[in-house]
Amino acid sequence: MVFHVKHSDYDVIVVGAGHAGTEAAHAAHRLGCRVGLVTFRKADLGVMSCNPAFGGLGKGHLVREIDALDGLMGVAADRAAIQYRLLNRRKGPAVQGPRVQADRALYHRAITALVKDTTIDVIQGEVVDLRLTESGAVRGVELADGSEISAEAVVLTTGTFLGGVIHIGSEQRAAGRVGQGASVRLAQRLRDLDLSIGRLKTGTPPRLSARSIAWDMLDRQEGDAKPIMMSFLHAAPFVRQVACGIAHTTEQTHHIIRANLDRSAMYGGQIDGIGPRYCPSIEDKVTRFADKTSHQVFLEPESLSSDVIYPNGISTSLPADIQVEYVQSIPGLEAAEILQPGYAIEYDFIDPRALSPTLELGEVSGLFLAGQINGTTGYEEAGAQGLVAGLNAAHLVQHTEKTIFSRADSYIGVMIDDLVTRGVTEPYRMFTSRAEYRLSLRADNADDRLTPKGLEIGCVGRDRQKAFDAKMRRLHDVQHLLDSRSFSSHELRAYDVAVSDDGRRRSGTDVLALPGTEPVALARALFPSLEALDEDIVQVWRNALYRQYEVRQQNEVAALRRAEAVSIPEEFDYALIGSLSNELRGKLERVRPVNIGQAERIEGMTPAALNAVWSAVKRHSAGISRTG
Amino acid sequence: MANETIFATATAPGKSGVAVIRLSGAQSWNVVERLAGDIPVARTASLRTLRGDDGEVLDEALVICFAERASFTGEEAAELQVHGSVAVIRAVLDAIGQTGLARPAAAGEFTRRALENDRLDLTQVQGLADIIDAETELQRTMAMRVMRGELSDRVLGWKATLLRATALIEATIDFADEDVPEDVSADVDALLAELETSFRAELAGSDRRERLRVGFDVAIIGEPNAGKSSLLNALAGSDVAIVTDRPGTTRDLIEKYININGLPINFIDTAGLRATTDPVERIGVTKAMARAETADLRVFLYDGLEQPNWPIAVEAEDIVLRSKSDLQPGADISARTGEGLDDLISTMSARLWQRDLGDGLIARKRDVELVAEAQALIGKVRGSGGPFDEIAAEELRRAARRLQAIIGGVEVEDVLGEIFSSFCIGK
Repeated sequence: MVFHVKHSDYDVIVVGAGHAGTEAAHAAHRLGCRVGLVTFRKADLGVMSCNPAFGGLGKGHLVREIDALDGLMGVAADRAAIQYRLLNRRKGPAVQGPRVQADRALYHRAITALVKDTTIDVIQGEVVDLRLTESGAVRGVELADGSEISAEAVVLTTGTFLGGVIHIGSEQRAAGRVGQGASVRLAQRLRDLDLSIGRLKTGTPPRLSARSIAWDMLDRQEGDAKPIMMSFLHAAPFVRQVACGIAHTTEQTHHIIRANLDRSAMYGGQIDGIGPRYCPSIEDKVTRFADKTSHQVFLEPESLSSDVIYPNGISTSLPADIQVEYVQSIPGLEAAEILQPGYAIEYDFIDPRALSPTLELGEVSGLFLAGQINGTTGYEEAGAQGLVAGLNAAHLVQHTEKTIFSRADSYIGVMIDDLVTRGVTEPYRMFTSRAEYRLSLRADNADDRLTPKGLEIGCVGRDRQKAFDAKMRRLHDVQHLLDSRSFSSHELRAYDVAVSDDGRRRSGTDVLALPGTEPVALARALFPSLEALDEDIVQVWRNALYRQYEVRQQNEVAALRRAEAVSIPEEFDYALIGSLSNELRGKLERVRPVNIGQAERIEGMTPAALNAVWSAVKRHSAGISRTG
Repeated sequence: MANETIFATATAPGKSGVAVIRLSGAQSWNVVERLAGDIPVARTASLRTLRGDDGEVLDEALVICFAERASFTGEEAAELQVHGSVAVIRAVLDAIGQTGLARPAAAGEFTRRALENDRLDLTQVQGLADIIDAETELQRTMAMRVMRGELSDRVLGWKATLLRATALIEATIDFADEDVPEDVSADVDALLAELETSFRAELAGSDRRERLRVGFDVAIIGEPNAGKSSLLNALAGSDVAIVTDRPGTTRDLIEKYININGLPINFIDTAGLRATTDPVERIGVTKAMARAETADLRVFLYDGLEQPNWPIAVEAEDIVLRSKSDLQPGADISARTGEGLDDLISTMSARLWQRDLGDGLIARKRDVELVAEAQALIGKVRGSGGPFDEIAAEELRRAARRLQAIIGGVEVEDVLGEIFSSFCIGK
């Protein structure tokens, strides 16, 4: 038999150029891969289909983590940011989330520029099929025009395009975004694979014309006076900053919606998909929270250069005429002009329990999935998955060690573990409460946590490395100075520090960590020789604040690491463990946990069953080493 | 590699009318088939002749099969009710062993499997153990309430309250940019105050309930020859007393476990309380003294005219008696004639009974500690000034884990579910 050796067109092909796709393509590129990025329209790189904002609680953490690994989102978000707000300013730094309003046009421009700056080929076309080898490994894609592109690995980031259907009232059409088509044939192809596929839905509000809004009747929400950047590389906003408006729905609004519920796609029964509980449509809100007489509507400018306003809080699938009626019942919006009606969109997602923590699909070797196709919602969640899929696609091609994130090192790790272990029942969104180690997994220390890992992987460039190293040196110097001297309660009272007379001496760091201190002023008073930047002092203070809790969690983290160190072989046969209930065996076979730590988190796992798995795995590996 | 099938006699060893042999595990019905010839319909008592491998008749027995998920352990199981003779039981057990399908159960293994298969939670297992050990009516009623899940329900109730408080805090953290109330501290504090009150009520009397479970300590104190041993023997011999050897109770040589009027009492005979030079004996004496000091009640005996100087102080509840009334007119009690014995018993009962058991159900040290730890964590959150919200949430998570340890699930999804059901989240 003669083997015909043909070089692939690319190492990695990424299908879709949204937030997951661009991040995946760029990550694979950073690891030195030849990357082809296939998109419906070349002009659509990094399009923001939904709300014009990045970051927030949990999501801000994800952006910072992407940034710490030298990804695109943080950098592009800063270039496009027209309003900065750090959420939860009055709470501790662990749960503060940086958020920006981003100008759609500027964001798109930033992403396009960042991609253009690389060797990534942007290919316009619709991917309709996958090319597989006989053994079922992916070898490329087929486009609608019949052409084929070969690659060693493929990352699918289809967003809402996979089997996408848009609903406005009783009208519906196949589309992944307003004004565009859907990936119907590719969806069919995936349905032919042995995968569990479900439907999810999400919605958008009508877009309004800024000129038609009576702004002086509305409350205003300004950005922060001292903006906190999304990227660790930046220090100040790039463009002009703006304010948002806040409007309120009325009883009249609710009445209009209630009277027309039967005309809503969602309530008229046209949509089977499951929507998120945390991002309900206005129909949902007036129904489920019937006793609330008013809901807030945030009027967010979509761009400095356009007239479009995104009214956050009133997404809908009511018919267009009803949308006009209820929007105009809101004080301040009486004359509002709708530029584009709101709609609900339904799309396919693949049960993410079929994925490994590298986001590779177990069924098809070399095929990676990222973003909404995995049941998530949000730009940040998509971007973070794109990063993971892109890195691991590159590892596969280059035969290098996989990059797996842990619940103990990042929100990325928390999200991916949740997805591949527990699956989704509604569109998955990041929350800080999902991270059990959130006191240590902070947005402010994402670089400290992950940039070294990125350097090890090879996805962090020289500029970021230099900036990171310099910052760590500065923080180390501050910390060192603060720890060089300790203070008695008596001494501290001279500095107005309220401290009990317990005879203890406290290091400078411990003093800063006391509740209610002004860290910068206090540090400078205690250490007159301190010449550090304010932000560096604040960072040392943030680190000190949670130290005792981190120490306490170390045991838990150590136990997690131990359990994660026991890997379960891919071919492991759960049928060999007779004591497992059928239900649990089914779950284990579907999830195929890669280690005992993951197995432990499977819903319904009991200590006894985990023990049985653990010992069977130990016997299995012992057997292998004896015979092999 | 399957969970092995286990077997054991469920009834006490020795002669009896009927003895019950229990099997649990995937091979249980196969074992029944090998011994009885067929597998009777599940949950139906069926008379069968049990035979060994060689065909020899072992016994006529009532056989009951239980299907998986419909048995005590949750596994496939069976019970063989055989004649309670030592020889029959041994022959049947041997025959089961010889099938090669099952092995003898380890102590507590059936209950352990029930726990692992979620048939019982931890509190119910403890209630079950207490039911089995119950010797007095009060022990039985307390244990039955626990076994029937009353304690679990209570803990679940606390967890629900804690979940609500955590969800309120988490809502203000994770949905700060949403339409949620900004300050929930008053609501959180009310919930936590409610929990603290419940915890206090639960913990009150837990030491007494523990006593009720394992026995009250009553020390008999007196100088040599004051009549202590005679009194103890008389108490043990009276018609209200049952003297038992309780396996598992730590028993010093000088302790006697007696059930009087439904009260389990460990009598501590301090007969050995004397100055001694023997080092081993001295350790015993020191221990006995310590037990006497911390005993729930002390009976002081003297046979002279005056109360001597005892090495242990007399407290208000303690009983002081002049012994040997058969020899000394005017004395209180006589072990020999039984005079005053009934009075002593009723005084002791009354003093021990009147101790308030409280409204709680927790009667185990481990559970007491878990509730106390949860209470302390909640106290920290409620403390003046209060920590950052995320730290408060962390402490409450820890408290929830403590409570969870009593029964065995607060999950993130539970918290989110609570948030979404109470607030309209959706900017």
